Amino acid sequence: MSAANAADEMKGQSLNAQLSNDARLRYVLRLGDTSLVLGQRLGEWVGHSPALEEDLGLANLALDLVGQARLLLSYAAEIEGKGRDEDALAFFRDAPQFTNLTLAEQPNGDFAQTLVRQFLLDAWQLEIYEGLASSSDTRLAAIAAKAVKETRYHFRFSSGWLIRLGDGTEESHRRAQNALEGIWRFTDELFVADEVDEQVAAAGIAPRLADLQPRWSAHIDEVLGGATLQRPASIPYPWHGKRGVHTEHLGHMLTEMQHLQRTYPGAQW
Amino acid sequence: MSATHRVTKPLDERERAVWSVLENVMDPEIPVVSVVDLGIVRYAHWTSDRRLHVGLTPTYSGCPATDVIRRTVREALDAGGYADAVLEEVLSPPWTSEWLSEAGRRRLEAFGIAPPDKAVFNPRQLFRAPVVRCPRCRSDNTERVSEFGSTPCKAHYRCSSCLEPFDYFKCI
Repeated sequence: MSAANAADEMKGQSLNAQLSNDARLRYVLRLGDTSLVLGQRLGEWVGHSPALEEDLGLANLALDLVGQARLLLSYAAEIEGKGRDEDALAFFRDAPQFTNLTLAEQPNGDFAQTLVRQFLLDAWQLEIYEGLASSSDTRLAAIAAKAVKETRYHFRFSSGWLIRLGDGTEESHRRAQNALEGIWRFTDELFVADEVDEQVAAAGIAPRLADLQPRWSAHIDEVLGGATLQRPASIPYPWHGKRGVHTEHLGHMLTEMQHLQRTYPGAQW
Repeated sequence: MSATHRVTKPLDERERAVWSVLENVMDPEIPVVSVVDLGIVRYAHWTSDRRLHVGLTPTYSGCPATDVIRRTVREALDAGGYADAVLEEVLSPPWTSEWLSEAGRRRLEAFGIAPPDKAVFNPRQLFRAPVVRCPRCRSDNTERVSEFGSTPCKAHYRCSSCLEPFDYFKCI
């Protein structure tokens, strides 16, 4: 190899590293934002759940999700290297800078809507974290190996409730089916890969979304079958939460979540 | 403490002294078990920079006790004469309830918390809970009230024999 070729080669490699680092940052942010937004939504239930046990259950799920978000956002801040930390990312970005899945920001609605949203995302996170546990990115692999154990609990909890609601009374069945019809349209985004997903998959950082979909789908069908619920028809619609284009709900949620830090920047307990 | 999860070589005298300091740092939520019993302390050794390095791992990602534990370990090390010790967070391998020591399991049960099941059951199987013995009357005739209890690491159970509610330290 000539010296000029070698120089080109090196330039190419550093460009690749640069590209994949940018994709890595955006990918980790998406995961962190999805956990944070979903955790905040569940936190809204505290003190309002139908029973004390479920109040504790949803609060525990929220705690795990916010804990995972902290690990992921701290890592994203380090990759970014601009002196921001997890709190700066959580409290001082506006909705268009959040890159969570659109499904995660959907309002709680009634208990059935919350549990259906949870179930669909638990099943997704389960596949993602299991895949990430063998990531070439050792930091991400460590976070995922920890998160997957918690997510298994979440999935059992939400699946169990889906079956109880779907195969319960006429009223609970109707509500669960309505909830499913209402938010199913956001599930398309879960597996549509864009350039970020493709780059991190090519770099061995993350599993390929297309590889995860059949397993996710099988788990969904298994539980829906036990719950006597009908899987809605797939609606291909380009939701772009992970690209920063959100439904109107996220802004309202952030106003409440960020209020204190925006009013008193840097305030601590 | 079992040898499977931390000890790669026998502890020297200096290291043993550190472990005995740490054995007196109790969990803030379950004050009968120490951070060593829980398997939260991953290592305590001197490295080439001639400073003591202590590795701590969180039990659950979002466990609020993690910060308190880090602070109390720091205070114990300072008081024990290890003020320049470096505290490090260890994420991998992830914490598991299997790291709970035998002594820790006995103390949990005596305190009224059923220790975790040892067998790891299929995580995806629904509606199958491990057999949990009531820490008060020792009956196996118990039922799960909720998978989530008063802290992230515990589930809420009830004994069908003595009718008392109790916590079960989850198997994770």
